[in-house]
Amino acid sequence: MLEIVKLGHVYGTGPTAHQAIADINLEVAQGELVSLVGPSGCGKSTLLRCVAGLIQPTEGEVRLDGTPISGVPDNLAVVFQDYSRSLYPWLSVRDNVALPLSRKGAGRAEAREASERALGEVGLAGAGEKYPWQLSGGMQQRVSIARALAYTPSLLLLDEPFGALDAQTREDLEDLVLRLRTEHTMTILLITHDIDESVYVGDRVVVLGRNPGHIVADLPVVLEGPREQISTRATPEFVALRAQVAQLVREQINS
Amino acid sequence: MSTSTATRPAAPAEDGDPAGGGSPGGAARVGRAVLAVLSRSWLVVLVLVAWEAVTVAVDDHFFPPPSQIAVRMYELWFSGPASSAFLTQEALDHFVPGIGRLLLGWALAAVVGVVLGVALGRSELLHDLLDPLLQFFRAIPPPALLPVFLILFSIGPRMQLATIVFGIIWPILLNTMDGARSVDRLHLDTARVFGLSAPRRLVRIILPSAAPKIFAGLRISLAMALILMVISELVGATNGIGYLMQTAQFGFDYQAVWGAVIVLGVLGNVLNLLFTLVERQVLGWQHGARQLNS
Repeated sequence: MLEIVKLGHVYGTGPTAHQAIADINLEVAQGELVSLVGPSGCGKSTLLRCVAGLIQPTEGEVRLDGTPISGVPDNLAVVFQDYSRSLYPWLSVRDNVALPLSRKGAGRAEAREASERALGEVGLAGAGEKYPWQLSGGMQQRVSIARALAYTPSLLLLDEPFGALDAQTREDLEDLVLRLRTEHTMTILLITHDIDESVYVGDRVVVLGRNPGHIVADLPVVLEGPREQISTRATPEFVALRAQVAQLVREQINS
Repeated sequence: MSTSTATRPAAPAEDGDPAGGGSPGGAARVGRAVLAVLSRSWLVVLVLVAWEAVTVAVDDHFFPPPSQIAVRMYELWFSGPASSAFLTQEALDHFVPGIGRLLLGWALAAVVGVVLGVALGRSELLHDLLDPLLQFFRAIPPPALLPVFLILFSIGPRMQLATIVFGIIWPILLNTMDGARSVDRLHLDTARVFGLSAPRRLVRIILPSAAPKIFAGLRISLAMALILMVISELVGATNGIGYLMQTAQFGFDYQAVWGAVIVLGVLGNVLNLLFTLVERQVLGWQHGARQLNS
């Protein structure tokens, strides 16, 4: 379970200080998938960096399973948007996935095995010997997801993970995330600027506003049946919620 | 020398073969390889012939023809027993220690340069503190310090090593520093998120990421090491190729002087070739990634 309490962050001090986010309160239950959507400049990446423990927020705190985050927690994994820079080009795909596992006390053989298993789960069985740059963008992002999975996090942060991919690949990976969440007990925070995606994948959609970044709305996603790219997107509930979120985001851009 | 340069184009020609479709048979492949060698080496042959013709025509003691130089090189250095790779005692006494100092000096400079470079690259404090000093030392032409090293170490291998190390450490140090400073922030963020310890971050992320720049520095330093090896041997040595060259000059043996020049040229080429082979192994990922991105 993730709790964000009165979170705020100011970059710099004095006259050049910049308040990126302010008074953010959010609870995400164990196993829940929450989409964070908002226009650029709404402090999405600051929020992510606070939650990931990469920066210490100037106000408030983030608690993961009851423990306040001070450093980088060992039960948290991130999939970054820029897979080509987040994966290491000098390591094979398998080594990229296995690299973080020594922190979990895994031996060489164990890490290798976990790596292969995770690669299999994202549909890349047998690609372990390759290098990331030999793969397509979508496959590289699958490697990033496999690396996060192998790390067995209780919280998975997805930082605009599909923003750089083409529409077809994006849909495949959205469905991959939906499938993986049923097979693993992870809490997932999906940061995105894609309104359709936020509704399609999320259990809840949290809309962020700008100057400074704050929460505008927290909407439950109630859709019947399993999500399916074409039929789900055609349901009246999806269309209505999508319009509502789009309206909220539009207001934030114009305000 | 001409064979070493000629084998290089032959290899890619074979690699490129599958793209050409089918297997055109051994004869065509050999034919193409021979053609590749010829297209690369005809100028070398031409220059040698011209050199021979001009020097024979001029008949100047200071500029002996290459054929005479080759004979003299053979007599002096390459007519030894098979057990010592056909090197004569003189060659063993002078080539080996000189090359040994070159490689040892280069290795020392590499270790110290990379260690210091990473420290300076990753610590803003150290960098700000030491950068002015480094910039000053770097700007000193290495031979200018020969008198200082002669006083400090007197004639001998320590003085030559000091000259080489001090002279060639700068490209390694500064390139490593630059490489360690400019590691992609997302590389480091990812490493932090996944909890890589500081030593593992250094070995698995920072060094590989800086490796292309480190290798560029190492390559420059290797070439400089050869230069400084010769200079230090001209001034403060009792053996070495530079020393041989100087004694030959004093003895008006200009065939041997030119021979030493050729040995140095070949040595420089061989070192560079070996370095390129190692670099290709270590930085294979970079060549691959760059080719695909372009």
